[in-house]
Amino acid sequence: MEDALFLHRLQFAFTISFHYLFPQLTMGLGLLIVIMKGIALKTGNEFYNNSARFWAKIFAINFAIGVVTGIPMEFQFGTNWARFSTFAGGVIGQTLAMEGVFAFFLESSFLGLFLFGEKRLSKRMHFFAAFMVFAGSWLSGYFIIATNAWMQHPVAFDVAPNGSVSLASFWGLLLNPWIIWQYLHNMIGSVVTASFVVASVGAYYLLAHRDEEYGKIFLRMGVIAGVISSFLMAFPTGDGQGKNLAFHQPATLAAMEGLFKTEHGAPLVLIGQPDIEKKRLDNPIYIPNMLSFLTYNRWGAEVKGLDAFPEKDHPTNIPLLYYSYHIMVGLGTMFITLMLGATFLLWKKKLFEMRSILWMLMLAFPFPYIANTAGWTTAELGRQPWLVYGLMRTADGTSELVSSGSTMFTLLGFAGMYFIIGMLFILLVLKTINAGPHQTANSH
Amino acid sequence: MEIFWFCVIAFMLAMYVILDGFDLGAGILHLFVAKNDNERRTVLNAIGPVWDGNEVWILAAGGTLYFAFPLLYASSFSGFYLPLMIVLWLMMLRGLGIELRHHINNPMWKTFWDGSFALGSTLLAIFLGAALGNVVRGVPLNADGYFFEPLWTSFTVQPEAGILDWFTVIMGLVGLSTLTVHGANYLAMKTDGDVQTRSRMIGSFAVWGVVLTSVAALISATFIRPEIWNNYSEHWWGNIFPMMGLLGLIGMFLYNRKNQDTKAFLSSSLFIGGMLASTAFGLFPNVLPASTDPKFSLTVYNTAASSYGLGVGIVWWVIGMILAFGYFGYIFYSFRGKVKLHSEGY
Ligand code: HDD
Ligand code: HEM
Ligand code: HEM
Repeated sequence: MEDALFLHRLQFAFTISFHYLFPQLTMGLGLLIVIMKGIALKTGNEFYNNSARFWAKIFAINFAIGVVTGIPMEFQFGTNWARFSTFAGGVIGQTLAMEGVFAFFLESSFLGLFLFGEKRLSKRMHFFAAFMVFAGSWLSGYFIIATNAWMQHPVAFDVAPNGSVSLASFWGLLLNPWIIWQYLHNMIGSVVTASFVVASVGAYYLLAHRDEEYGKIFLRMGVIAGVISSFLMAFPTGDGQGKNLAFHQPATLAAMEGLFKTEHGAPLVLIGQPDIEKKRLDNPIYIPNMLSFLTYNRWGAEVKGLDAFPEKDHPTNIPLLYYSYHIMVGLGTMFITLMLGATFLLWKKKLFEMRSILWMLMLAFPFPYIANTAGWTTAELGRQPWLVYGLMRTADGTSELVSSGSTMFTLLGFAGMYFIIGMLFILLVLKTINAGPHQTANSH
Repeated sequence: MEIFWFCVIAFMLAMYVILDGFDLGAGILHLFVAKNDNERRTVLNAIGPVWDGNEVWILAAGGTLYFAFPLLYASSFSGFYLPLMIVLWLMMLRGLGIELRHHINNPMWKTFWDGSFALGSTLLAIFLGAALGNVVRGVPLNADGYFFEPLWTSFTVQPEAGILDWFTVIMGLVGLSTLTVHGANYLAMKTDGDVQTRSRMIGSFAVWGVVLTSVAALISATFIRPEIWNNYSEHWWGNIFPMMGLLGLIGMFLYNRKNQDTKAFLSSSLFIGGMLASTAFGLFPNVLPASTDPKFSLTVYNTAASSYGLGVGIVWWVIGMILAFGYFGYIFYSFRGKVKLHSEGY
């Protein structure tokens, strides 16, 4: 049974981490494409229309893979987490079903119209189609975050006689106080990814001396969207998430920060290695009192450490939790620095000649993906050992009759399948980038 | 309220089979009706703008099932673990085939994706039929409402059955032949020239397959699960559904012969809708009968979510469906008429 539990978790973690690589670009790029189409509509500048068409190509490939990897996620709630679904389906079924009925129909219908309809629709209608694709993907994000938020912070439920939970308040579920920061942090995180990707392609065109007029458009958009979104990640949204944790999941916060002992004026650790056996942090470099200040706005406030909670409620993988959190925050800080520098150069009209910065921007695009994945790993590992915080333990949520052999079989199947899908994705995107925006322009 | 949601899910599943059915059918026929690159692009363009939206019906139906009958979702998805995962991989392969083929202009690349599109579609059509077969036959539920079925055991129909036995294989062939005709009718409607002629041809043969397999399935179902007729003798109006199916079947023969493709397509849609509704009507109130002990059967009553949840669901579901029909209407309208090849698309 131990074995099967581990494989169920590994499979879910692997497939969801892979899935999330694609929606984050969909949601962010959706917004940037709407902005491009908007500028084109307003100014009549064809370069922006061609840019939108070029990014729509990449969007379409990305979306297709987001769809094929999303379907297994919905299935796995039933296939691998049957007892969890029986327990919680009455509540989170609401948001999952609404995602299908409201968001997926909207998204997929208007995407068809947006990709195939440029000749058949008026300029305004085509802009509208782009907007609806964007709106659909953000709506989809809302419902899925509402689902996850309920698992992090269950609200609006009653416990039925048979032990499962049932919905007590529809609006309570949709307006779960946990959602607001989680949703904004996530959506903006996807804008960070898209900005870095757009800026990276722009930097590549300038460095390679080709499609330069497009390269400049991409860089300008990427850098401006990038600096705004990077700031918003740290404040107020990241800060808001941290405060949510302090109030509702204090054990998680302690483990993320590597705080083993309750302290007044707790320090903010920048670097250090948690040692679980000795219950301490090795080689720490820290800012004194900062953690207390950030969570409670008072330098001397008491922050509960792991010693304040019974061991059975400690997150199960503290080192990974600690590192993923620090990777996210560390990268976030670097994004702000890089984008601030680039914005300054853009403003001084020097960016397009500064080849060293262009190199950095071109190579930076993988890091937002890493930060987003690390952030989710933080959230999901931090919730452990609970599957639904305070209500159901992860070990009680699996499908009991699915053996570890079957799970291993499908896990390996997914690994193989996703490896091929990943290679295809990279191949096709590189090919599109290599063909360049001028080609999409000519073919029309 | 449970009855309302039972009808909703039956309706959404039927919508899925009718809509995604024609693009699955197009996939089954892909290699047979379209011989050169232009013809293959025509087939893909005929389904390109709509197939993803069609597939959303299964997701929305799944989501709705999850929300209205959580135990049923949990039980059937974990019980059919292996086949569902294989279905997932097939759906992926097929989706990639449609979406990725046109990105690289290389004959081998295209041949590969044509093949995976055709293979994925064919196996999926068989699976859909076999899945329905499993539900009709019943599965080995335990007292908690869970089960686990291996892919096959001995091919005989028995309580400890696997997914595939002779009955579910027959049902799989019903699925295959029905969707072949349905896809042929769709392609005949959306294309012209050689593709259209070949689609009509195949459609006129395959319709005999539908008759043959359906009759075989009907007879065997009567042996395996005679209770399926009880609802019909108690409520005469239920006979409307099989009548719809029969009407659809007649229409398929008639309009295929007259080359009235749109009407033939509507007939095969009617046939699918009628047959699925008949099955649902026959099963009710069971949703997953137990082959072990009838009292373990999952019904709409012992799997439903709370009445408050089901109540608020009605409101948003109706709003959502009105919107969805709006989009679908608009899209089918925007892409109406025969497929023309030009630079956009596949
Ligand atoms: C580009 C990606 C990115 C960047 C730069 C940041 N984050 Fe983040 N973070 C995410 C992407 C992300 C995420 C993937 O979107 C998560 C996972 C779950 C969630 O709600 O958002 C997340 C979760 C998350 C959580 C955990 C919530 C929980 O356990 O439920 C906290 C406390 C923060 N973030 C705080 C921050 C702070 C203080 C940052 C300062 C720079 C920061 N994040 C940058
Ligand atoms: C918003 C929708 C999401 C829901 C409803 C959800 C739900 C779940 C569930 C049911 C599990 C398995 C049980 C468990 O191990 O706790 C899980 C584990 C996990 N999820 Fe999520 N998840 C979501 C999003 C994500 C995303 C986007 C990531 C991406 C990187 C992610 C990363 C993980 C990881 C790493 C685990 C494994 C944790 C562990 O096994 O200890 N999750 N999640
Ligand atoms: C366990 C959790 C998840 C499940 C069950 C799930 C389910 C799905 C499904 C079934 C699709 C295909 C939809 C279609 O056919 O159009 C999809 C795509 C999508 N998902 Fe997820 N998903 C999960 C996690 C997430 C997360 C965490 C996000 C973002 C915050 C997200 C955002 C999206 C978006 C925007 C799409 C559209 C396609 C794309 O972006 O490529 N999903 N998801």
